[in-house]
Amino acid sequence: MLSYITRRLLIAVPVLLGITFITFAVLNLTPGDPIRMMLATEKITPDVAETLTEYYGLDRPWYVQYARYLGNLLRGDLGISITSRTDIASSIASRLPNTILLAVSSMFLALLIAVPVGIISATRRNSLADYTSLTAAMIGVSMPSYWLGLLLLLQFGLRWKILPIWGIGHLSDGLWDFISHLILPSVTLGTGLAALLTRLTRASVLEVLTQDFVRTARAKGLRERTVLYKHALRNALIPVITAAGLQLGYLLGGAVIVESIFSWPGLGRLTIQAIQKRDLPVIQTATLVFAVSFVLVTLLVDILYVFVDPRIRYD
Amino acid sequence: MTDQPNIAHDQELDIVRPISQTRRALRAFLRNRLAVAGTVLLLAFIICAVFAEQIAPRDPLEMSLQAQLLGPGESGYILGTDNFGRDILSRLIYGSRISLTVGLVVVSIATLIGLTLGLLSGYYGGAIDILVMRLVEMFASFPFLILAVAVMAVLGPSIYNVMLVLGIVNWPIYARLVRSQVLTLRETPFVEAAKAIGANDARIMFFHILPNCTSALIVTAAMSMAGAILATAALGFLGLGVQPPAPEWGMMLNEGKDFLRRAPHMITFPGIAIMLVVLSLNFIGDGLRDALDPHIRN
Repeated sequence: MLSYITRRLLIAVPVLLGITFITFAVLNLTPGDPIRMMLATEKITPDVAETLTEYYGLDRPWYVQYARYLGNLLRGDLGISITSRTDIASSIASRLPNTILLAVSSMFLALLIAVPVGIISATRRNSLADYTSLTAAMIGVSMPSYWLGLLLLLQFGLRWKILPIWGIGHLSDGLWDFISHLILPSVTLGTGLAALLTRLTRASVLEVLTQDFVRTARAKGLRERTVLYKHALRNALIPVITAAGLQLGYLLGGAVIVESIFSWPGLGRLTIQAIQKRDLPVIQTATLVFAVSFVLVTLLVDILYVFVDPRIRYD
Repeated sequence: MTDQPNIAHDQELDIVRPISQTRRALRAFLRNRLAVAGTVLLLAFIICAVFAEQIAPRDPLEMSLQAQLLGPGESGYILGTDNFGRDILSRLIYGSRISLTVGLVVVSIATLIGLTLGLLSGYYGGAIDILVMRLVEMFASFPFLILAVAVMAVLGPSIYNVMLVLGIVNWPIYARLVRSQVLTLRETPFVEAAKAIGANDARIMFFHILPNCTSALIVTAAMSMAGAILATAALGFLGLGVQPPAPEWGMMLNEGKDFLRRAPHMITFPGIAIMLVVLSLNFIGDGLRDALDPHIRN
């Protein structure tokens, strides 16, 4: 077990290195010099431009720049935003928790809907309830989240005025303030996922119900309820949990859109704002943080998998 | 398949011949109502895209100061107008051209890269396999929208960059899929037979292994085209995709979000269009998977 974790961590190293290279390459090897752009729009003076160019080593060959970039990363120096001239590490540290909060609450919401609906759908296969939930799930999978977000914002925020549409709530302003700000963004982000997980839960429960151990359980006269909840469900939910874990990484990505609709002060919004200002170091670092969190979440899910499903052995 | 015999009588020659795999799959597909509905829907969008000039009632780019933000049905504008007085219905019809083209090109680029690398990686194994799989892992480590957003930010927004970026971001799915198929097919007797009669590697890969991957590839292509269309619109919505004044659906949503209260129809209809195309592709993908996968068939 320990050797498995070590091996997984070691494999993650070249992947992480590759990620740093991709983020570096994407943003450094392409035309478009942000400093020259700021100079042209007279946001900075020529001597500031020179200092910045030197600080980022933008006048050096790419491999020197990459080595410097890596060295800085390893020392925890994520660089300085070109436009706001603040420390990127601290602006990411203040926004990452907001994005995680949004992703986790969306995931919670999605599971809350998907698991019961998926189970009902599977146990009453081909019933009206099954068809309804399947159709709803298909629509949910196909609906663009940005569209759903706008519709929710219009209906609940602008027309009925019952939910806030802007920013994040604070616990210091009361629990409702905190939760009410979370509702629309979480529903927007969670709906597609709920649909996906509903389909998966249904398929998984159906699959497990055909297994021999379920037939045995029924044959020895257990009540259907016991068979379903004690025998079938525990096994059926394993793939659902894995998929949910992996989707957590994608939720971080989906946050880019949802955060920009609801002005949620997270990493996604930071990225979009940086793109609009062409603030390369911020774009680069935010992309890197997204990718690294994705790798770590995947790794965590793979490891937790062993505890959830004791049949799995990594030797 | 219980209601249909697996064999058909050819009465003239009075011999029994098996039904081909393709025909069997086609029958299974046509029996799936949702898949057929999806196909019809997609065909409708394709017709709109191809004959946009003939179908669209107005010029999608023509602005009119007198006709700004008209609601659906007002002054003969069936779906209303946007803030520049452009006809939304015509813009949607022309927009289907953009979405379908981008979707098709993205899937082609992704398939081409993924297929080649997947074949090589699965067939030769060893160092190539390790290299390709690490590359796949790296690309798969980015939530793909994030990578697309970052690259678009650098390359600059344009329809060609959207195609390129989404194509590059999507190839790992195909590489993984083809590789896993090749790994099992490589060990089958017919591949050994081909080797025994002296077929070279390229011939085995492209004429013996590849045809056996097609059904899995087609299903994935339908699903990932749906994803590509959603992503194109997402980039358009963020202002990083196709640029104005082109009638791209995602961008139409972006323009509409500033007029949510006054003209909700500006976001309603483009959203429905995106959803219907994606829905039709998902239905087709589901139908194809059920029809082509012999394990699910019962």
